[in-house]
Amino acid sequence: MPVVTSPAGQPIHWRLQTRSQQLAAWLGWLALVALTVFCWRVMTAGTIWAFVEDAPRQAADIFGRMLPPRWSYADRLWLPLWDTINIATLGTALAIVLGTPLAFLAARNTTPSTLLVRPIALLIIVSSRSINSLIWGLLLVAVLGPGVLAGIVAIALRSIGFIGKLLYEAIEEIDETQVEAIRATGAGPAQVMAYGMVPQLLPAFGTICVFRWDINIRESTVLGLVGAGGLGLALEASLNVLAWPQVTVILLMILATVLISEWVTARVRRAII
Amino acid sequence: MEARTLPQAAAPRTWRPPRLIESGWTRWAVAVGVLAYLALALGSIEVNWTRVVEGVARAGRLFAGFLTPDFTSRWGDIQAGMIESLTMTVTSTVAGIALSVPVALGAARNIAPLWLYAVCRAIIALARSFQEVIIAIFFVAMFGFGPLAGFLTLSLSTIGFLAKLLADDIEEIDPVQVEAVRATGAGFWQVIEYAVSSQVMPRLIGLSMYRVDINFRESAVVGIVGAGGIGATLNTALDRYEFDSAAAILLLIIAIVMLCEYASSFIRKWTQ
Repeated sequence: MPVVTSPAGQPIHWRLQTRSQQLAAWLGWLALVALTVFCWRVMTAGTIWAFVEDAPRQAADIFGRMLPPRWSYADRLWLPLWDTINIATLGTALAIVLGTPLAFLAARNTTPSTLLVRPIALLIIVSSRSINSLIWGLLLVAVLGPGVLAGIVAIALRSIGFIGKLLYEAIEEIDETQVEAIRATGAGPAQVMAYGMVPQLLPAFGTICVFRWDINIRESTVLGLVGAGGLGLALEASLNVLAWPQVTVILLMILATVLISEWVTARVRRAII
Repeated sequence: MEARTLPQAAAPRTWRPPRLIESGWTRWAVAVGVLAYLALALGSIEVNWTRVVEGVARAGRLFAGFLTPDFTSRWGDIQAGMIESLTMTVTSTVAGIALSVPVALGAARNIAPLWLYAVCRAIIALARSFQEVIIAIFFVAMFGFGPLAGFLTLSLSTIGFLAKLLADDIEEIDPVQVEAVRATGAGFWQVIEYAVSSQVMPRLIGLSMYRVDINFRESAVVGIVGAGGIGATLNTALDRYEFDSAAAILLLIIAIVMLCEYASSFIRKWTQ
């Protein structure tokens, strides 16, 4: 701890950092600010500032058009809402089916081969996680055509990586003594898994699945923007014809769905833990 | 092996693992409910099978595209999109962190008075309530097409993410240190600097690095609705069915995300 002393050797005051640490921190901040300013200049090079100055008026205009909401439109949203919930739920279910074995292949203590299988499983997990479900949606709409099916597969492909990553981390953190105890009774590999590992993993597994389902409900509400079915499709249609009162109704419905799913998730999680 | 029964062998000799749901009736009801839901849900999906069969060939071309990505023919567009995405990531993360620290301080009940707590928690709830894409649609309508709308979207969602987690973290700090620093006669800002920030700084750095990662991934998405970034390039490539260019973009995204994750794990190890 650096203490500033007077010429006579008396301590004057205490500082958190030494002088070189201060200099390094200052240079770090300078570099960060310089990078940010540089990025800002590159980013806004093509910005038309007249539009930006106009933004408050545009905002007032849009919100003026959005109110009052056209409540009668809500009657036509029940089917898209059902589709949205199905996309999230079936997508999560598919991801659980595919992601759980993947997690066991990726975990260091259960993988059949650290050299070959584990890197492949990790690569699948990283690729699935790096790409947002909307982009998976874009890809699948191009491949499968627009519709609910593309949405389900998009959600599933994005969720495999999420479930796989969190679950394989949970598997690597289990208590080995229990596994050892089951193995000592003469249990085979499947029995070791069923009696030594699964009981330890179940709470984490349940939490992960419910957590992902909650995220998927949010994501499936906008998947329709790229043509993959659900509430987003109605949103896209209303935006295209500038029907702002309908947009309000859709946004309120999305908000209500998300709030309900959050409430359900919280209840289930409390029941599990 | 011939087992000799013990005199007091009234207890059952076989053991079954405890069931997930104790009551038999509830178990059956849950199973029937799940099956009924699956039947209803799967029944309501309309699948155009001829389109799907066509799609199989396209999927083949897509995967072939991943094996032979085409970086060159659309390189100009890819480069412009990537520059937009990366600059958007940097500026929005910095702006988002700078704004979320005061909001987080205001949203921590052990520091802020009740009225400020309510205001800041409302800001956080507002920023978290909608998906980035929906917010981006509105910012594009207000500020015009381009990366500025994307920057505003990502900054707002960074506030929602970072301020919430940071505020929860500040609420859980050890009050003893705060008490000790306050007992020396420190003012409000000195308490923040010496007692609060030192406790939450590792977590703030970790979360910020994680957010860089998220912002880059999201910057690829907001482009779909016209808010700048690589998403627009990707959307165009897929609209033209240029799967090899799309694969090149996706591979670049995956590579950058992996790089970010590697860098952030390195920085987190270094700060702790």
